[in-house]
Amino acid sequence: MTAGVLAEGNSPHLGGLADIGHEGPAPKRIVTGYGFWIFLLSDMVMFSCFFAAYAVLLGQTAGGPGGAELFNLQNVAVETGCLLLSSFACGMASIAVEARSHIWFQIAMLVTCALGLAFLSIEFREFADLVARGAGPSRSAFLSAFFTLVGCHGLHVSGGILWLLTMMAQVFAKGFRADIQRRFLCFALFWHALDIIWVAVFSVVYLLGSAA
Amino acid sequence: MFGKLSWAAIPIDQPIPLVTGAIVLVVILAVLVWVVVSGHLPYLWREWITSVDHKRIGVMYTLLAAVMLLRGFSDAILMRAQQALAFHSQGFLLPEHYNQIFSAHGTIMIFFVAMPFVIGLMNLVVPLQLGVRDVAFPTLNSVGFWLTATGALLVNVSLVVGEFARTGWLPYPPLSELTYSPGVGVDYYLWSLQISGLGTLVAGINLVTTVLKIRTKGMSYMRMPMFCWTTLASNLLIVAAFPILTATLAMLILDRYLGFHFFTNDAGGNVMMFMNLIWAWGHPEVYILVLPAFGIFSEVVSTFSGKPLFGYRSMVLATMAICVISFMVWLHHFFTMGAGPDVNAIFGIASMIIAVPTGVKIYNWLFTMFAGRIRFTTPMMWSIGFMVTFIIGGLTGVLVAVPPADFLLHNSLFLVAHFHNVIIGGVLFGAFAGYTYWFPKAFGFRLHEGLGKAAFWLWLIGFYVAFMPLYAVGFLGMTRRMQHYDVAEWKPWLMIAGVGSALILAGIVCQVLQLIVSIRDREALRDLTGDPWDGRSLEWATASPPPVFNFAILPNVTGEDAYWAMKRHAREEVLKAPDYQPIEMPRNSPTGFVCAFFATVMGFAMIWQIWWMVIAGFIGAFATFVVFAWRDHDEYEIPADEVARLDRANLIARRELVTAAGSLR
Repeated sequence: MTAGVLAEGNSPHLGGLADIGHEGPAPKRIVTGYGFWIFLLSDMVMFSCFFAAYAVLLGQTAGGPGGAELFNLQNVAVETGCLLLSSFACGMASIAVEARSHIWFQIAMLVTCALGLAFLSIEFREFADLVARGAGPSRSAFLSAFFTLVGCHGLHVSGGILWLLTMMAQVFAKGFRADIQRRFLCFALFWHALDIIWVAVFSVVYLLGSAA
Repeated sequence: MFGKLSWAAIPIDQPIPLVTGAIVLVVILAVLVWVVVSGHLPYLWREWITSVDHKRIGVMYTLLAAVMLLRGFSDAILMRAQQALAFHSQGFLLPEHYNQIFSAHGTIMIFFVAMPFVIGLMNLVVPLQLGVRDVAFPTLNSVGFWLTATGALLVNVSLVVGEFARTGWLPYPPLSELTYSPGVGVDYYLWSLQISGLGTLVAGINLVTTVLKIRTKGMSYMRMPMFCWTTLASNLLIVAAFPILTATLAMLILDRYLGFHFFTNDAGGNVMMFMNLIWAWGHPEVYILVLPAFGIFSEVVSTFSGKPLFGYRSMVLATMAICVISFMVWLHHFFTMGAGPDVNAIFGIASMIIAVPTGVKIYNWLFTMFAGRIRFTTPMMWSIGFMVTFIIGGLTGVLVAVPPADFLLHNSLFLVAHFHNVIIGGVLFGAFAGYTYWFPKAFGFRLHEGLGKAAFWLWLIGFYVAFMPLYAVGFLGMTRRMQHYDVAEWKPWLMIAGVGSALILAGIVCQVLQLIVSIRDREALRDLTGDPWDGRSLEWATASPPPVFNFAILPNVTGEDAYWAMKRHAREEVLKAPDYQPIEMPRNSPTGFVCAFFATVMGFAMIWQIWWMVIAGFIGAFATFVVFAWRDHDEYEIPADEVARLDRANLIARRELVTAAGSLR
């Protein structure tokens, strides 16, 4: 179903009438990107539920520790740096795809992956540390909401890394085919969207949380 | 090794689920044996199970809905019988079993009947109405269907392995928390809905993208048939609302599995947060179901009145208004929470405002019929039955939207009567209208009219006999979900309601017969033209059943009611042999089926906490995606001669129709 065939809209029934307005089905690249955007929006709706739950349960510490006692802003700053830089690297990978450069694509993706893994390991250490201090998710409703919100983002990053490795293997094996380019477009959108969500997590959870 | 699963999970002491389960199992096995022995398996695998054709997937969705309707209805008739008998006695259903039945009834009817029915019809019809060859994401579409089927399967497995939730169709905490529901019932509910919810989200994304990005040339927004508009609105709601369901159920899962405290009584959990979140999904869900039904009625009323839809623009506006306002009314499901008069008043008013665009629609349908040449076919009967019934349901809805009245009616059978009034009278009648209306499009022959009309009257009368008494017992103070009762005044009403459910049963029997008789008499009911109803939109401009590519030449649309315009034109200009081009179509793929297999394994393992199986299922699902992503040829080409050959037969039949119509004039 290529764009060329689809654009063939000359109905024998109404051949003479001129048409104004809609041009027919959009090309595949647009359709794929558009669909993925809609998925991302739905994903953000899901995150907004976890944000809402966090906001509702913020004060429900059940006599346990609150954000100000638990959060280490320095740690989070490094974490944030890793993730934002990984998005930059992912952007470089997009440029490499445009330039059809295998070597730069693989390097940029590798850097993205390494920074993503660094982000995850810092987050994992933070979680492990909290659990060790008796501030695990079952300690209080506040901590349940905290672990779920931040953990859900972490799960997305982990899933993204699985996807990233698959992408690297695909480009290596198949080259920059049209369908693989579309897939990479979606991956890049996904990775950048995780940044946007992280900015919200960083602001709402960590910045506001440690000020309180 | 097998987590919580042991032989004790089989309910040996409960004859009803066990015998039912055994019968169902025997039937399924018999069908499977028949399929294998008579050599249909390769055909089934090649043409249906692995199909990425939106029409086939639509048919499978609808079939799933029909089968699950039988299951959900048997729950309903058990409940009606129980309540008719359980005055001063225990009836024939034990309390814990009765609780599972009403929970399963609601869950199945909403998630596995109403949802697949409307999604099936949208899948079947929307690409045809838009004049295109496919949906935006054919393989994902198949994945979505099979994930929905997985959810349905898990709910039914709970009948014989373990138990189902006893919490009602929405598992309100703290009852649904581990403390009060330690069994696997709630887990069955949670995982089957998580899996099928993912399928629904996929279907939603697919259909939104299809309507917004894949329309034939000239099919601008304001030329789309009404059903496409309601599909768009409904699927926008799916995309915006289903993630809320996923998040909410995920929180409950975390509470139950890992000891989190979202909704628990202790450690600061907030039970009311669950009500808010679940209804922030739940109310839009109502409109996800009913908006497509509104679209179906628009198509049916316009076709069988022989007129364009009255007030098309106002209809579009009303649809999109409902789409937006449906997100602003969720609190009316729990006015009794005690949010205070201000909050309750705002949500009460918002709820009443929704009645305005709905009223606009009713008037538009009435004015479409006004001065039209009405043909009283079965789909038209369902539509008229809907208009009368739905108005009553809407009015009782406005009544419960008044907070002081709601304080009295909350959780009473009045409420049960109200939502059945809108869901049966709105969604189900719409689904049946669409089923009868588009059946000839999907299969090339019509359904038997006489039996269809008999089914309609039995359903309509049965509905009133079954549910009007529930309004009355609601006023008499009967609350919902009662396993037995001691109030003598309720008994006669509940007996009448029981009779009503028997009438509905007769209606369902008629529908089953209708299908069997129609298949038997298919040659007599055959339609060769592809346009059995003298339709107005593009799905009637191609053969029935449509070829895999839908349209040999993509139509060019120049106004509303595209096919009607073409037909009028065709009288002057006899259809010429078009210039056929080769067509590329997506290849079939077992991805959806295999994915659903692993989802079933994972879901089952999660329910019974068999962790190695969860991991195995996850690895399998991921491997499936990689294998799918790895394939080199995802499309195949149909050569131009083949397109011409497939199109010719229909073109000849259509030409004859045009000639006949010309000579009639």
